[in-house]
Amino acid sequence: MTFWSIQILNGLSLAMLLFLLASGLSVIFGLMRFINLAHGSFYLLGAYAGLSVIRVTDSFWAALVLAPLAVAVIGVALQRLLLHRVQSNELAQVLLTFGVLLVVSDLSLWIWGGLPQTLSRPAILEGSWRWGGIVFPIYRLALTITGIVVAIAIWLFLERTRIGAIVRAGVDDEEMVRGIGVNIGAVFSAVFAVGAGLAGLAGVLGGAMLGVYPGADFEVVLQAFAVVVIGGLGSLRGAFIGSLFIGMVDTLGKSLMPDLALFTIFVPMVAMLAIRPSGLFGRA
Amino acid sequence: MRKIHIAAGLAALAVAGWLLPPYYAGLVVDGLIFAIFALGVNLLLGHTGLPSLGHAAYFGMGAYAAGLTAIHVSQSFWIGAAAGIGGALLLGAVYGLLALRTAGVYFLMITLALGQIAWAVAFSWRRVTGGDDGLRGVPRPDLGIPGLLDDRNAYFLFALACCIAAGLLMAAIIRSPFGRSLRGIHENPQRMEALGYRVWLHKYLAFVLSAGFSGFAGVVFVYYKGFVSPEAASIVISAEAMLMVIVGGAATTFGPVVGAFIIITLSHVVSGYTDRWPLILGLLYIAVVLLAPQGVVALARRHLLRRAVR
Repeated sequence: MTFWSIQILNGLSLAMLLFLLASGLSVIFGLMRFINLAHGSFYLLGAYAGLSVIRVTDSFWAALVLAPLAVAVIGVALQRLLLHRVQSNELAQVLLTFGVLLVVSDLSLWIWGGLPQTLSRPAILEGSWRWGGIVFPIYRLALTITGIVVAIAIWLFLERTRIGAIVRAGVDDEEMVRGIGVNIGAVFSAVFAVGAGLAGLAGVLGGAMLGVYPGADFEVVLQAFAVVVIGGLGSLRGAFIGSLFIGMVDTLGKSLMPDLALFTIFVPMVAMLAIRPSGLFGRA
Repeated sequence: MRKIHIAAGLAALAVAGWLLPPYYAGLVVDGLIFAIFALGVNLLLGHTGLPSLGHAAYFGMGAYAAGLTAIHVSQSFWIGAAAGIGGALLLGAVYGLLALRTAGVYFLMITLALGQIAWAVAFSWRRVTGGDDGLRGVPRPDLGIPGLLDDRNAYFLFALACCIAAGLLMAAIIRSPFGRSLRGIHENPQRMEALGYRVWLHKYLAFVLSAGFSGFAGVVFVYYKGFVSPEAASIVISAEAMLMVIVGGAATTFGPVVGAFIIITLSHVVSGYTDRWPLILGLLYIAVVLLAPQGVVALARRHLLRRAVR
């Protein structure tokens, strides 16, 4: 019983972490048709920036606010200076953002060193919570709730606000949105900022749970792409369902079949692409 | 005239390889290996218009299959090469069936995922591949002539011969009616379909052949290093092969060879001065995409042309 409840909570918390990454990746793709491999760099930068903020201010909460903001600024700068130059050329996008991934990962190695480090959590989130003989680690519980809250907030933003309506319209028919006089370039940058900021937030939260180390950027961006592919490129609902699927499958796979752990992400990804490339909720 | 130039260049390269200090000979051998690999990637990327983000899978397959054959079965080059190329062709035949169900951005995604599965096999199947420690102690191949490949400079000539053979074969494929149809498919698949060409079959054959060339590069690689690790099948290598093709000029016949030598030379030179090679390589990706998307040869030609016009 305890084994399963822990597994499910671990799966859920990983899923919510993946959702923070994949929601931005998916909406950026849906709106701008942009494949951003450097999304993993935003996670890495968020985690390392969080580490530095905690070192200076000794406050996890400061890191939770400042690091995602810093990453959002870096994200917009990157989009404005570099990425918009290769709009509408997928191969160029992949190569350019792969280059950014390499640059950021090597700079991070230079600045923060190669040893795995963990962001220290505040005392209030340490320990675990017992209920009816079942033990729940509080941090993972809090992370899961945070993910759900963010998911609801993004959904409300997209469904209920004017800017959200423009974003949805842009996903469906960008040319038409342009045609009726919306400055879609500004919307692109705003969405990119939010996506990068969410990835940075995932970096802080994940860095306190899983630690941060060189190569984490590659790892999470591949997982996030698996999520987006399974849910459907451009779909927020797909990103949520895909995150739950990958989070659960990956957690259960690692504990039940450790020898096959590396396959649990990519085999479903290949199967989905071969059978239904547009994913569960994607529009082809 | 051009053929004489090429022959003279190759002869000069052969003599240089014999005389060069081992460090530089090693650099040129690395260049030759990746030249074969880039030729293979370009058949799909440049000539058919299908960008694969997982070609290190076939490179790794060639290296592991040849390495395992050399350790457990036979030291003969011919048997090892047959295992390596055969393995890569087989993997390409299976992966191609899956990958060609998709197009565009999904093709990039599925080749990336398939490549990661190949990497995961190399990483997890510890009993056979040695896991992340890699496969060690692969002996030099036996060509049937004793003592031929004992020192490193002799291996240089062997790698050169392999690269020339691969280059000639690739040139023949590209000039054949099959190669011309691939160009047609790259330009306009609907029209080729309407003209009665089997577009899917052409793409599939290009996919499998391209995997075979990449596997051959892996064979030459593993015999040279005597070692292969899962890194050889990783996305980093897949992306680097793509970069070589773009730097040299996609859709040209021998551009990928130029691209491979540029990247390998830079990596050796820069690594001699600083540990920050990944940083420089990343900047190189960015610079190539923004400044020379048609390759450095085209870039240089355009500059010369502009000067001539002035």
